[in-house]
Amino acid sequence: MEKAILTGKYYMTGDVACAEGALAAGCRFFGGYPITPATEIAERMAVRLPEVGGTFIQMEDEIAAMATVLGASWAGVKSMTATSGPGFSLMMENIGLGICTETPCVVVNVQRGGPSTGLPTQSAQGDMMQARWGSHGHYEIIALAPSSPQEIFYQTITAFNLSETYRLPVLIMSDEIIGHMSERVVIPDKKDIKTLCRPKPKGRKDRFKLYEPGPNGVAAMPAAGEGYNVHVTGLTHDEKGYPILTVETQMEMITRLTAKISKNLNDIIQTEPYFLDDAEMVLISYGVSARTSLAAVDIARKQGIKVGLLRLITVWPFPEEQICELAERVKRFITVEINMGQIHREVQRCVGGKAPVSLVGHPGGTIIPPDRVVEKLKEAF
Amino acid sequence: MINAQDEHRRTKEIILTGFGGQGIILAGRILGEAAALGDHRESTFIQSYGPESRGGACSAQVIVSDDIIHYPYVKHPDILICMSQVGYEKFIGTMKPNGILLIDQDLVHPRSKKQDFFSIPATRMAEELGHKMMANIIMLGFLTAVTKVVSLSAAQKAVSKSVPEGTKEINIHAFNRGCDYGQAKLKGRAKKAIGQTGAIL
Repeated sequence: MEKAILTGKYYMTGDVACAEGALAAGCRFFGGYPITPATEIAERMAVRLPEVGGTFIQMEDEIAAMATVLGASWAGVKSMTATSGPGFSLMMENIGLGICTETPCVVVNVQRGGPSTGLPTQSAQGDMMQARWGSHGHYEIIALAPSSPQEIFYQTITAFNLSETYRLPVLIMSDEIIGHMSERVVIPDKKDIKTLCRPKPKGRKDRFKLYEPGPNGVAAMPAAGEGYNVHVTGLTHDEKGYPILTVETQMEMITRLTAKISKNLNDIIQTEPYFLDDAEMVLISYGVSARTSLAAVDIARKQGIKVGLLRLITVWPFPEEQICELAERVKRFITVEINMGQIHREVQRCVGGKAPVSLVGHPGGTIIPPDRVVEKLKEAF
Repeated sequence: MINAQDEHRRTKEIILTGFGGQGIILAGRILGEAAALGDHRESTFIQSYGPESRGGACSAQVIVSDDIIHYPYVKHPDILICMSQVGYEKFIGTMKPNGILLIDQDLVHPRSKKQDFFSIPATRMAEELGHKMMANIIMLGFLTAVTKVVSLSAAQKAVSKSVPEGTKEINIHAFNRGCDYGQAKLKGRAKKAIGQTGAIL
């Protein structure tokens, strides 16, 4: 059998690195439907999964694809799918089912320009709010944003680990540029890759409760067919998994679904500071736009402008605390993203009027050049 | 302190352009891989993606540097490789003032007489080898010899890793033909330069 972890140095696209990260994390099921610019992830998985004893299936559409991912997870297999905007929209209902049924899995969105068919071959970051609130009802979600092929390799492993730990679909919000650009990707030794698996239930099967929270607020998860009573429903359910359509059960279930995220923010949220210590102005950015922002910080610093960057590795849950703290000492914030101000509004909310917040945005189709950020910094300086 | 000139030397921004199907994207990928894996430097590679890479004017952008590369797009190339007139017309205006222009001489005719360039009949040479598809690899050999943006051994290694099984030998041969042609051009220029300045050896 071929190795699942191809330890070595490669020159890879972000899409291929994502697939390799998934395999390294232990993913053994991919259900998908091809769509530009995410197809290369499916292509790579179609070749690689059979080599490691896994299963690849191309479904009739993204609705079905997302359903297979949930089913595979309940069969006890780490599972994923990858898509872009239009497919992400179709997956929303079943992502909600995954959230409600606490099903670990990973959904990659290689973003392109929207709405609708939009710009199939060109980049955007326009699905960031859809990632947060795209499915109906109130819930918490985890979404990561990779800035390079190397980072998406690691983030895919992190996404699986978070999904297994907190039992929910974890979203990777990539984009066309990161998906298609090539850079060096180092795949480490197996021993240097930490992978986590969902806790398995112990004890008497007749007393088992499917959604009884464990120490971190997350229930142990059996696979279907192991002998535990597995009743999986999208209806509001109690700890046994049975549908109980009452106000009390709704309160209990939503509290459980949101608390397992909101009480573990320190474990989940990752950010990366760049020249923040003495920064008077701070850029907030993520994904491919963080590369624009890093370049802009370098250019502006050479011109004597004290600017830094807070790069959001985790976009959801939003790193409110870090931004609130920065708002106490920073004179201005600038959000850099390839949409017209989705994360920008979150930044405004956290800054709470303590400093001006501006946006360097773009409706999609291209990366934002660093010059535009530098111009904005000079205006503000 | 690093001055701007040092920085200029360390980072090279490259655009390769031609028709979809000429292997422009593969050539760019090989170049980026040679820098990143063979020469252990930083490199990024961006390809034009969409209908243009399937017959229209297509391009690849490669940045090679000793520093981490944040922004992966090329605005003003240090090196411009043109394998089609359309590509030449599109990108010549963006090249840096002291940039190096390399062309397939049968496919590209520079408009300006003042513009210095290095030319090679890459497609004709590939046809002579019996594989028109290898014009990109010949051009890559030429590029390596003339610009030294990647080392010879790194480029050869990346070529043999990137081409289909069973075609390594013929591709390396094609690469070396382009490389020899480039070295001969450089020698010719050096001789000419000596002649013009009247230097005595």
